[in-house]
Amino acid sequence: MNAHVEKVRARGARMRQRWQNMPRQVRWIAIIALLVFLYLLPNRWFYINLWYFRTMESDMATVLFETSFFVLLAVGLNVVVGFAGLLDLGYFGFFAVGAYTVALLTSPESRFDIGWPWLLAVPAAVAVTMLSGVILGTPTLRLRGDYLAIVTLGFAEMIRLYAARNEGIANGQRGIPEIPHPVPDLKGSDGQSVFGVVDARPYYWLTLTIIIFVILGVRNLTRSRVGRAWVAIREDEDAAQIMGVPTFKYKLWAFAIGAAVGGLSGALFAGKQSFINSDSFQLTNSILVLAAVILGGAGNVYGAVIGAFITWYLPEWVRGIGGALGLEINVAEYRILIFGAVLIIMMIFRPQGILPSRRRAAEFADRRQEAAPTEASA
Amino acid sequence: MDFDGLVRDFPDLTTTGLEQGAIYALVALGYTLVYGVLRLINFAHSEVFMIGTVAALGTWQVMGYNQNSSVNGIGIILLLLLAGLAAAVVASTLTAVAVERVAYRPLRRRNAPPLAFLITAIGASFVLFEAVGLFSDDLGIGGQRTPFGMVDVMQSETLVSIGGWDITNTQLLVILSAIGMLVALDLFINRSRLGRGIRAVAQDPDTAALMGVNKDRVILLVFVLGGIMAGAAALLWNVTYAFSRFDVGFLIGLKAFSAAVLGGIGNLRGALVGGLLLGVVENYASGLFGGEWKDFTGFVVLIVLLMFRPTGLLGESLGRARA
Repeated sequence: MNAHVEKVRARGARMRQRWQNMPRQVRWIAIIALLVFLYLLPNRWFYINLWYFRTMESDMATVLFETSFFVLLAVGLNVVVGFAGLLDLGYFGFFAVGAYTVALLTSPESRFDIGWPWLLAVPAAVAVTMLSGVILGTPTLRLRGDYLAIVTLGFAEMIRLYAARNEGIANGQRGIPEIPHPVPDLKGSDGQSVFGVVDARPYYWLTLTIIIFVILGVRNLTRSRVGRAWVAIREDEDAAQIMGVPTFKYKLWAFAIGAAVGGLSGALFAGKQSFINSDSFQLTNSILVLAAVILGGAGNVYGAVIGAFITWYLPEWVRGIGGALGLEINVAEYRILIFGAVLIIMMIFRPQGILPSRRRAAEFADRRQEAAPTEASA
Repeated sequence: MDFDGLVRDFPDLTTTGLEQGAIYALVALGYTLVYGVLRLINFAHSEVFMIGTVAALGTWQVMGYNQNSSVNGIGIILLLLLAGLAAAVVASTLTAVAVERVAYRPLRRRNAPPLAFLITAIGASFVLFEAVGLFSDDLGIGGQRTPFGMVDVMQSETLVSIGGWDITNTQLLVILSAIGMLVALDLFINRSRLGRGIRAVAQDPDTAALMGVNKDRVILLVFVLGGIMAGAAALLWNVTYAFSRFDVGFLIGLKAFSAAVLGGIGNLRGALVGGLLLGVVENYASGLFGGEWKDFTGFVVLIVLLMFRPTGLLGESLGRARA
């Protein structure tokens, strides 16, 4: 069994090596081909040929939009959980803050009724969520990690309860309607707004573009002083502190950056749905994002992307396949049950995730080795 | 702000708060015990409680009592209470032990980082409540993901009335049994041989193991004790509210954990103090600001307290409580 694991691991390393040994041009071409594929994907004339990949029962473009937006959330949470090692169980709280900020600033139905355009409200939403991350993080990040988990969970529930019950600002269960779509003046060839109600493709393209920029930003961050500080904190906070890393400051940074990405996706969501109420922010969603990050491999951006893709796209796809075969499989219904089990199994057998960061995989292997002698003696 | 309302309802809010607080305290004991020994938030403990409520409900249904039947006669009430208690305690304990075996022990063997424990705990919690939510109609408890109604075992009636302060029979039962359970547990931990083992492992697991304490057995015992307390809390919940739901554990679990932290996690008496305090404060807040702010207040109190006194009111540590 162990030998097999070693073999698989060696294969992974070899793949990585081969990729890195390829000429620069080949790698660029491969990346560009992948991007072109991703951008073409929601077009009907394109995905109709990919019968084994597309979803059968739900609208492909809508599913892709939802997936992409889930991927964005996972990339944001990965900064908090994967890089800095802070367990944030209430990530959807920030998402809700972002969505509500946009709704309040733009919707004519909101109490303030100032009717900002969507594009102007997005930076405001990001700033507000970042601020809320700092406000929440300042008292709690000084505490031990497991308290943080509970406080963030409580925060997300507080936001949801507040939104559900506050009639004055958040409109309670009725929510806030008539949130404008992004850039209504941008007209397509048919004279309709590009960002409309029917076609989900523009939203997918927009989200995809944002994801690419966020990934680039995050990748640069991890290779900088900040990223190294995060890794040091994750591996051993006390040691990092002793070596002169201002741990609290960098933890707060990770928290705020994660919150900002969460707020950004909330703003996108509000712009697409044009209606939000507190039901959009159920706790299970926070857990699903966390499951996606852990499943894919916390600490690796691409791992988070793959995890989110599997978490969101796969159940839709399986439902379509089941429908094509004449079976009634509603995997989405059992999704949380399955992911609960997957979380346990992953943590026991492959705690580093599907596509782990190399350093994190090594950390896990290290700990396991430390445990080995006590296991033998027990 | 409704100060008149608060003053007018002050006695009622206090008793209701104590009643709810007693249930929080019993569940909080489970968190505190496990945290004291393993330094681990047993996130799945809320589901241990939920399974207890469902088990008692199922037992009553098997005995032929559903939400429409009425119960008369002290003998039948006692019988139902005892049967419900037995079912809830057994089911909760088994669930707690199963969670320990499936989700935590394999990780301990592999020396997993603390985050990993929290994640498996979340996984276990989701499996449990989704399983109940999805398969409840197959089990005959109620519809899929709907609230489960059940027999109202004890009709609530006023027993004592002191100057407009009414205390009902259920409130008395809940508060007294919670305090009784806590005293029993406190005695067990502080006076018995097994309790000494628990305190030893809580203080220093490695040294305790060297002194011949079986660490795995102690951990199992801790989960059993937590399960028993959660089972008792589940019965009291059923008696008070006559309703359950697949996700009923979530809010109770969060409150109970807050209560444990309020009192000082790892501290048994702290769990009682924290639970009662949280229940009372919440109810005062609902009197003052209106019912919709009740849950909100709990979290605010928790966050504010953590800012100023991170170790809780009575301080942490199971081992040092009476070293």
